[in-house]
Amino acid sequence: MSFDRIQEKLAILADAAKYDVSCASSGSTRKNKDKGLGNSTGSGICHSYTEDGRCVSLLKILMTNHCIFDCAYCVTRKSNDIKRAAFKIQEVVDLTINFYRRNYIEGLFLSSGIFKNADFTMERLVQVAKKLRLEENFNGYIHLKSIPGASDELMREAGLYADRLSVNIEIPTVSGLKLLAPDKNFKDFIKPMEKVKNEIIQYQQEKKLIKSTPKYAPAGQSTQMIIGAAGESDKDIMYSATYYYKKYNMRRVYYSGYIPISSDTRLPSLDTEVPVLRENRLYQTDWLLRFYGFSVNELLNDTHQNLDLQIDPKLGWALRNLQEFPVDINKADKRMLARIPGIGMQSVHKIINARRFRKLNWEHLKAIGISMNRATYFITCDSREFYTKDLTADQLKYKILQNIKSKYQKHFSPQLSLFAS
Amino acid sequence: MKDVKTILQYDESFDGFLSCIFYIFEYKLSVYDITPLRSETTELFASTTQVFTNPEKSKRVWDKFCELTDKKVQAKVLKAFLSEIKGVENTLGYFIKKVLTEQKDFSIDYGDAEVLKIQQVAKMVHREKHRMEAFIRFQKTKDDLYVATIEPDFNVLPLILKHFESRYADQKWLIFDVKRNYGIFYDLQKVETITADFFTISNTKIAMEHLAEGELDFQKLWATYFSSVNIKSRKNNKLHLQHIPRRYWKYLTEKTIPLQ
Ligand code: SF4
Repeated sequence: MSFDRIQEKLAILADAAKYDVSCASSGSTRKNKDKGLGNSTGSGICHSYTEDGRCVSLLKILMTNHCIFDCAYCVTRKSNDIKRAAFKIQEVVDLTINFYRRNYIEGLFLSSGIFKNADFTMERLVQVAKKLRLEENFNGYIHLKSIPGASDELMREAGLYADRLSVNIEIPTVSGLKLLAPDKNFKDFIKPMEKVKNEIIQYQQEKKLIKSTPKYAPAGQSTQMIIGAAGESDKDIMYSATYYYKKYNMRRVYYSGYIPISSDTRLPSLDTEVPVLRENRLYQTDWLLRFYGFSVNELLNDTHQNLDLQIDPKLGWALRNLQEFPVDINKADKRMLARIPGIGMQSVHKIINARRFRKLNWEHLKAIGISMNRATYFITCDSREFYTKDLTADQLKYKILQNIKSKYQKHFSPQLSLFAS
Repeated sequence: MKDVKTILQYDESFDGFLSCIFYIFEYKLSVYDITPLRSETTELFASTTQVFTNPEKSKRVWDKFCELTDKKVQAKVLKAFLSEIKGVENTLGYFIKKVLTEQKDFSIDYGDAEVLKIQQVAKMVHREKHRMEAFIRFQKTKDDLYVATIEPDFNVLPLILKHFESRYADQKWLIFDVKRNYGIFYDLQKVETITADFFTISNTKIAMEHLAEGELDFQKLWATYFSSVNIKSRKNNKLHLQHIPRRYWKYLTEKTIPLQ
């Protein structure tokens, strides 16, 4: 292959793919078969980090950035005047294998602009995955994009070679989608999602009966939403996310702060800052929903439509529910321990273990590593000294904020508060 | 005389360390200091004993310990040991002795400062293991060998061996720790520990003439990829450095290969 040409294509098609924030290479265990190449260990590895601090785990590229559609929020849109390129199937295979052998990556994340039509595009993605698995005996991670509108047969085949499939919803509300991606039909998104969900369920049932049933998309499905492009509230976003988690058994929903790429009047202006902090608060909320036993209406509802950017969502919840505190560290159940601001799930486990041996006091808690500047106001332990002042929620918030120098403070800017209003 | 401290010197191997534990039980020592042979002792009121590594005795200690604890705890002890942090042997000695004496697993007693220390050190070593699994960059040589040099903070080669053996089963590879001057080598059949002087701490690079044809092209492609996925408007150097501290850069292709 001609090195210069490949280098140019790689630069274009990696650049175009970078707005997809999914980087996970986890959730799938694939053993190395017959002394072949590679495996997936289940937890995934970030082999490098970009200068913006994001994980680089997969070779994330587009098959092509030619596209027949014109979604306003996307650099690849038809009307955008940019350099176009397309990989050959074998070129993607060679790049993947050679990067993998040098321990640069965990595998491949292949997406694409829509070239000709959905099936033509999807078929090429499937071919790459098939070659990797069957010709190269490659057992590393493969994530394929499900092209909206792709046929059921192709989706079925895709799941046989890929570890994960994803369709990006991008715009959390149907009305926003209509406005910004007029060529796209909401049903076209849902169709491959539905198919993949059903196949996964079916394969899992068969696996119970017949051990040799092949794997089907073992790392499940994921999707992504762009944050701050269509004026939606945090409530809209998280209710939407909850819907996809439940209805389509999503493994992950990703939130991607909108990066201004166009002067289209339907979108925030080009000098808008990327809402990094808001994105972070959404991830924290997502985390609370998936691992801390919160339900979405506790964190966001009609009276609280947006997250407080100044404090994390768990602290926000605690301040609205002061009647639940203080919690006795030596007695409380797991559910309640997990709700204390400044205490993560790991610390919860440590507390539960350690208190079997002795009653825990402040020293113990500090050594275990809980974040005192928040937790102090919400707990009692084996000590006679604890916080007793009856401050209102607002006063307490102010006091805590003074103690924490938020690592995100520098992101506060007038633009940002526009979205947070 | 009972309270005179005994300094137990051993050969730096895990077996050697366990032999010391055996010794402590055998001679009912209460005040002791387990320390590698090479480290100097300056203590005045102490007697020094060199404990010889005895695989049989060390196995007896370890088997007993394994009966009383689960795999996770055993892995933690091994990791903490590989940290090579000064004095870690005493912390581990205290813990193993307590488990064996009281016939009970104390590994979750985080209220005990020593237990918590083991947990924390094991975590540091685990992080370094994980980093090496991520940051190792193989370069292909003319004889189809994939070679990487590393300089980890802790002695993690024994911990990463399995990962690379099961992942790269169809290519020959060598990972060499230039700081500790030994490596692990896979010849398509098995992994062996080797000591050789291909590399030293001042000479960590593979000579250009040994590289396979096309090797530099792939390194450049990787560097191209790395620079293309960056999103400038999200630049966050603090976070970047937190994930890849500078001391690892010299072994990272994407940080060392100039584009163009
Ligand atoms: S279909 Fe996909 S690639 Fe094409 S413009 Fe829309 S979002 Fe971009």
